[in-house]
Amino acid sequence: MTRSTFNHRLLPWVLLAPQLAVTAVFFLWPAGQAFWQSFLRQDPFGLKTTFVGLGNYAALLADPYYRSALWVTAEFSVATAALSLGTGLILALALERTLRMQRWYTTLLVWPYAVAPAISGVLWWFLFNPSIGILPWLLKGLGYHWDHGLKSGDAMVLVVIAASWKQVSYNFLFFVAGLSAIPASLYEAAAIDSAGPVRRFFTITLPLLAPTGFFLVVVNLVYTMFDTFAVIDATTKGGPGQSTTILVYKVYQDGFVGLNLGSSAAQSVILMGIVVLLTVIQFRVVERKVEY
Amino acid sequence: MAAITLKGLGKSYGSGYAVEGVDLTIADGEFVVLVGPSGCGKSTLLRMIAGLETVTKGDILIGERRVNDVEPAERDIAMVFQNYALYPHMSVRQNLSYGLKNRGMSKAEIDTRITKAAETLELGAYLDRKPRALSGGQRQRVAMGRAIVREPQAFLFDEPLSNLDAKLRVTMRSEIRQLQRRLGTTSVYVTHDQVEAMTLADRLVVLNAGRIEQIGSPLEVYTHPASAFVASFIGAPAMNLLPVRLMSGALAMGDQRIDLPPGLLPPGLPEGAGLLLGIRPEAAVLADTGLGFDIAVSHVEELGAARIVYGQVGGQSLVVQVQAGQDIAPQMRVSFPAAALRLFRADTGKALT
Ligand SMILES: Nc1ncnc2c1ncn2[C@@H]1O[C@H](COP(=O)(O)OP(=O)(O)OP(=O)(O)O)[C@@H](O)[C@H]1O
Ligand SMILES: [Mg+2]
Repeated sequence: MTRSTFNHRLLPWVLLAPQLAVTAVFFLWPAGQAFWQSFLRQDPFGLKTTFVGLGNYAALLADPYYRSALWVTAEFSVATAALSLGTGLILALALERTLRMQRWYTTLLVWPYAVAPAISGVLWWFLFNPSIGILPWLLKGLGYHWDHGLKSGDAMVLVVIAASWKQVSYNFLFFVAGLSAIPASLYEAAAIDSAGPVRRFFTITLPLLAPTGFFLVVVNLVYTMFDTFAVIDATTKGGPGQSTTILVYKVYQDGFVGLNLGSSAAQSVILMGIVVLLTVIQFRVVERKVEY
Repeated sequence: MAAITLKGLGKSYGSGYAVEGVDLTIADGEFVVLVGPSGCGKSTLLRMIAGLETVTKGDILIGERRVNDVEPAERDIAMVFQNYALYPHMSVRQNLSYGLKNRGMSKAEIDTRITKAAETLELGAYLDRKPRALSGGQRQRVAMGRAIVREPQAFLFDEPLSNLDAKLRVTMRSEIRQLQRRLGTTSVYVTHDQVEAMTLADRLVVLNAGRIEQIGSPLEVYTHPASAFVASFIGAPAMNLLPVRLMSGALAMGDQRIDLPPGLLPPGLPEGAGLLLGIRPEAAVLADTGLGFDIAVSHVEELGAARIVYGQVGGQSLVVQVQAGQDIAPQMRVSFPAAALRLFRADTGKALT
């Protein structure tokens, strides 16, 4: 029998071409543009462009608003990742317990992931709306006056919840897959080995779920940094003050609203750098250390 | 170490019983093998003893204590699983010490026990490896090690050798047997492999469809199967079971007539009763003892040490095993010593002799 193979050297490239073209046009080219732009400065009327080297970067690091956005991003990312991972894990564990209800339960929990982030943002904005939302009304009953338009703490809680909401389903799915990959006989062996449910969770479930967990931490952090623009825009628009202006939102504000394209491009490049760094950590450190 | 008593034990998963009416006393230090075809309830029975399945009916006693509602951890048993169930993220040492630590044993005592077990099972070189880096046979040893360091009242084995290759299975089989003899720990061992069952057991328990068919020493079960089911399940090649009719003091099979020696037929059987005549293939002799058939040979399997002859007699197929080197003719006469013949009722399958 002969095996048919492609022995034409060009053919693989021809077949890859559409994919490569899409990547080039929609990713590499704009990324290159942004990179180049980050070294330029435009005058206020957009008429003249001058090369300023690292000037945009230096200005950013000296800018207290930018440093505050860095801090807000860190807060927001960690809180969102923690909330969505924690909730995803708890729901996945609950599913393990009630496997019989699997079908409707899984469907229900995957649903928010299918809802576009902006819609989910609006949904939360609506739920938390100080004048018409139900949650502020309930909180008022508890003696708390909710106003994310004025209180920066409330605003942060709102965006964290709204951003987590969508990630929960994603995390849930991965945790369910991770949990179902742990054979039942391990728990049985541990039960015979005198480990109670809590001990089994900490000595069997958690360690065996760690690779899934680390993967999700990175994915979630990347998500909170890159993919949460719509959530912020639909709920707080970065306010009150700068209290929920995360990096990706500031890119938009400075670039599209403030038309400071050079600075906005420099911010994009820094953001990209952070994500690349996280991905490298994911591949290098985590994947090697968590093996068993 | 302790005896295990099962009283009228039954397990239902909703519809019908997976295990029913099991009465069994396993003596202190005894090695009992539960054997039966797939789905007969062996694992279910074992897991009830371990406390991994709830009991629907009846009682389980370990020693004098009724353990129906006792947690697995409190039953003081150790179990070896079919897939070994080693903790993949722990080293061999941690796998062995996990159960001891959970019981709050002192570090010194744990170390002594692990050293001893590692020596017994030749695991010393692997103590700091993860299970992933072990061969199937080594993993099996670790699973055994995890059971013996606990020094429990009883060992429970659920087909522990079924993932090993044939040769290793034979080696591990005798190791398990020797280890159990030396430790004297009461053991319950589940398998569907009748050779494993015969070689390991002090006593065999043959299960069929959730019920006990027969309890006895391997030899008893082999020579005096209590039912046609046991007869066909224990022994390879399986016992021939030929449908015959009782006709004026002899057995009729098609046009063949088999005159039984006096005393073999139990009295009181009605004329024309349907019976099964059981003949072990390996009981066949080629010399004419006066009790035999003319068979038409259809094919022969060569095993080297023996030959297995497949033939037809009176419209029934018959398998006999003869020694190597014996000539096989297309038509030949095979005979059986009267003592090797067994009779079963055709309707219930119960043994008559
Ligand atoms: N969790 C369960 N729910 C419903 N039925 C079950 C469950 N576990 C086992 N059974 C049924 O109980 C019967 C006995 O199963 P068991 O696992 O004890 O068989 P087994 O003798 O160990 O078979 P094998 O040799 O294939 O392991 C089977 O008919 C099986 O379908
Ligand atoms: Mg089984």
